[in-house]
Amino acid sequence: MSSSTAHLAHHFDDVEQQYDAAQLGMWLFLATEVLFFGGLFAGYALYRYWYPEAFVVGSHRLDLWLGGINTAVLLASSLTMALAVRAAQTSDSRGTANFLGWTILLGSVFLGVKAYEYHHKFEERLVPGRNFSLSEKGDKSNFPDRDGSSSTANGKLDLSPFSPGHVELFFSFYFALTGLHATHMVIGIAILVVLVVAARRGTFSADYFTPVEITGLYWHFVDIVWVFLFPLLYLIR
Amino acid sequence: MHHVVPKATYYHVSVWLAVLLALTVAAAQFDLGGWNVPLALAIAIAKATLIVLFFMHVRYGSPLLKLFAAGGFLWLLIMFAFIAADVLTRAPIGSG
Repeated sequence: MSSSTAHLAHHFDDVEQQYDAAQLGMWLFLATEVLFFGGLFAGYALYRYWYPEAFVVGSHRLDLWLGGINTAVLLASSLTMALAVRAAQTSDSRGTANFLGWTILLGSVFLGVKAYEYHHKFEERLVPGRNFSLSEKGDKSNFPDRDGSSSTANGKLDLSPFSPGHVELFFSFYFALTGLHATHMVIGIAILVVLVVAARRGTFSADYFTPVEITGLYWHFVDIVWVFLFPLLYLIR
Repeated sequence: MHHVVPKATYYHVSVWLAVLLALTVAAAQFDLGGWNVPLALAIAIAKATLIVLFFMHVRYGSPLLKLFAAGGFLWLLIMFAFIAADVLTRAPIGSG
């Protein structure tokens, strides 16, 4: 008990109570995160309900395979995170550092793919703003104006049932949701780097692994957000 | 002092997550009428449940922890329910 009480703060009765409090506190924080992302998801649901055709058009401009591969990468990173927690629980400092390292690597791969996708969207002029355009490269087809009226350059009315402004709205949600998600990933990776350093020093053991467990909860939560983002953004038909 | 989950459990959960991912991509290739969205959401909820129960250890947690974990999603459900009630039952002014 002597080694575990070394980590006991004076306002807790015992390490068990301290561990439970840390876990509950993290879940309370995650509840606020659920509602934080929830507001954006609610906005997304509303506008998709109002402009279903525009959301289909927007979704088809995303790369299904890059999104799918990234989902697999993130799910794999959740596995390595869970194994890192398990290694800490079994006082395996080396294993903890290794699995945390794998988690950082997979998280970085995810962000790299995301950066590539963002760059591609910038080049395709799909970023909301004054340069937003639905025309593909070299495509001179006549899309209706942002307000839904047709510019009718070739004299005939464009009968497409969606307005480009509403597709722009889809991309606003795409960038807001994936951007907020990616921000969480960057923060998560920064925390993981700190944990790797601590694990290498042998900080964590079966008596004390709370930071690894708590960071794991955060990482898995970010994974869950993506589990919903992937079908809602990439798989609309 | 704490429940150490067997490695095999984590591997099994990961295999199921991969299967569900393949399933949701495959399902999106077919036009299922109005069922595409409910199916995609059902698969996403199944994946999230697996992650919460096993990776996040809620299955092995105290009843209080389970309450905390369910709480956030309960409030989310309430928010969606009230927004849906508002939007789905109203028409623009003057439309009768």
